[in-house]
Amino acid sequence: MPALLEVRDLTVHYTSGNGAPAVAVDELSLDVEEGEVVGLLGESGCGKTTLLLAILGLLPESAHVVKGSIRFRGRELRTLSGAELRGLRGAEVSIIFQEPALALNPVRRVGPQVAEVVRAHRRWSRRRCREEALSMLAEVGFTAPERVHDSYPHELSGGERQRVVIAQALACRPALILADEPTASLDSTTQAELRALLGALQSRFGLALLLVSHDLGALAALAHRVLVMYAGRLVEAGGPTQVFGDPLHPYSRGLLRALPRAPDPAGSREQRIPPPIPGMSPDPAHLPPGCAFEPRCPDRLPPCVERPPQETRLADGRHVRCFKYGG
Amino acid sequence: MHGLLLLAGVSLLSFVLVELAPGDYFAEMRLDPRISEATVHALRARYGLDRPLPERYGRWLASLAKGELGYSFAYGQPVGPLLWPRLRNTLLLTVTATALAWLLAVPLGTWWATRRRGPADAALTGLTAMLLALPDLVLVLGLLLLAVRTGWFPTGGMVSLGHEQMPWGARVKDVAFHLVLPVAALVLGIVPALVRYVRASVADALGAPFVRAARAHGIPERRVLFRHALPAAANPLVSLFGLSLAGLLSMSLLVEVVMSWPGLGPLFLEAILARDFHLVLGPVLASTFLLLGGNLLADLLLAATDPRIRTEER
Ligand SMILES: Nc1ncnc2c1ncn2[C@@H]1O[C@H](COP(=O)(O)OP(=O)(O)OP(=O)(O)O)[C@@H](O)[C@H]1O
Ligand SMILES: [Mg+2]
Repeated sequence: MPALLEVRDLTVHYTSGNGAPAVAVDELSLDVEEGEVVGLLGESGCGKTTLLLAILGLLPESAHVVKGSIRFRGRELRTLSGAELRGLRGAEVSIIFQEPALALNPVRRVGPQVAEVVRAHRRWSRRRCREEALSMLAEVGFTAPERVHDSYPHELSGGERQRVVIAQALACRPALILADEPTASLDSTTQAELRALLGALQSRFGLALLLVSHDLGALAALAHRVLVMYAGRLVEAGGPTQVFGDPLHPYSRGLLRALPRAPDPAGSREQRIPPPIPGMSPDPAHLPPGCAFEPRCPDRLPPCVERPPQETRLADGRHVRCFKYGG
Repeated sequence: MHGLLLLAGVSLLSFVLVELAPGDYFAEMRLDPRISEATVHALRARYGLDRPLPERYGRWLASLAKGELGYSFAYGQPVGPLLWPRLRNTLLLTVTATALAWLLAVPLGTWWATRRRGPADAALTGLTAMLLALPDLVLVLGLLLLAVRTGWFPTGGMVSLGHEQMPWGARVKDVAFHLVLPVAALVLGIVPALVRYVRASVADALGAPFVRAARAHGIPERRVLFRHALPAAANPLVSLFGLSLAGLLSMSLLVEVVMSWPGLGPLFLEAILARDFHLVLGPVLASTFLLLGGNLLADLLLAATDPRIRTEER
């Protein structure tokens, strides 16, 4: 029984001018099962957005999928025609972008922007699509869907806009939603509300979710599995308690130390500034021949500079890509 | 409000500039030995030219208020009645040309924006670059030459001989026929810049994050173009509309002179050559007025097409 989404050895390059191509995603493999929430974590520029865009065939012209396969329900997406891809996007796989404020057309009312997603995939009357849009708006927590339906994006708050975007993504009941830091640009109260909403919708509709987020609280609450990405590769995969409680890869350890934790229940209001990992992530156009994290790694071993480590599967079911654990 | 202030500023500035220019209508007379110095003096006094500048400005303003717009020495009558028919003819020319230019530029520019990197893209880039580099005068003269050589279109004027005797329908046809050449010149002069601008605006809108989001939801490409990119591009396009009027108007003055279209252009030139002050000021004011009208129209359109602006004003 294949997984809902199977990505194998996916490699994406950006070519700009005449320099060496930038390796944004490097031989990356991952699975998302039906109804499963997979969290994806990694610092800025490690290729998270590129990965999501590649899955839906939305990469800009400067990007190329060099190799690998992307299968959804067993169907290879890389070879789909434009029309087939269009039929898949929004209907079977949806995406929520990093900046919800920019994902809505500023000169059009938001209701029709939800209805048109329905209309793009169903042979329904205009009126039925509108009703469906209204019910989706109610579904994402609006108590007065009619009012929201007739609003322009700039008349809504950031959290409300993000709810509209979620309504769009959900409108055709896709099996999988790719969410790119869906709450990152909101204040913490709204973040918590939307996190709860996503969780509720996920279980209600049996959604599979590939959730890019640095919100450890959200991932701990929602995710069945957490993947840690560095320089285009997955370096660690495991359950949230495993990865957050006892990170194995030196990068995961540094990253988790650097990320703010969920609010301290003890009530210390002052936020400690977490120590960042020293050094910078490598230039994707000039990746080192060995492990990409080696230059910043506190625990480096002799083979780290020679070749990239292979993925190791540990006894507790976790995966890690580091010579400390075999490589 | 802003517009009124601008109009006042333009009137004052142009009045002072024109008055400060060396020589006046009567100075030319002094060169004529048959006219005595005393006569010139008397004439100048009669028309108030010997008064100080602020007083002359005040008088001119007063006549503005009456709709006379000052007095033309050369024609020996108030400027107003000379100006109105000319203004009407200029409006006929520029409004026709503006409408045609936009009707051409919007579909062409939009289509171009969807053809990135292809033979059509290269061809249009080259063609518009060539037309943009061509001076307006060369373009106008070239068209004139073509018309003279082929005899397809009348090369000057606005009506044929015997226009007054024609039935109504034939008169409209006659004017339309005479419009072809000057309108063609104006349209060819302004369309390259417009098309490029439309293409840039639509291409910009097509690169916007909400367009990527629409594609990510599986919205068909035609709908992405017409319902997402075009409405978003309307704002910059409408803003350009006011500006395009300015460009067209200034080119129209040239075209009118060369193709002897009885608009503001020839009148303006004639007045400058004769140093007929108030007659110079008439077309200047009229042009300013047209531009203000164009911008007002653009502002109204903007409020109609962009909900963000509507909210600001509320
Ligand atoms: N259009 C582009 N052209 C060239 N390089 C790009 C382009 N978009 C992204 N990249 C490069 O690809 C790499 C991955 O970028 P990506 O946006 O996928 O990272 P990300 O993990 O989503 O980062 P963030 O957390 O900041 O959103 C980066 O090194 C980036 O510089
Ligand atoms: Mg990103």
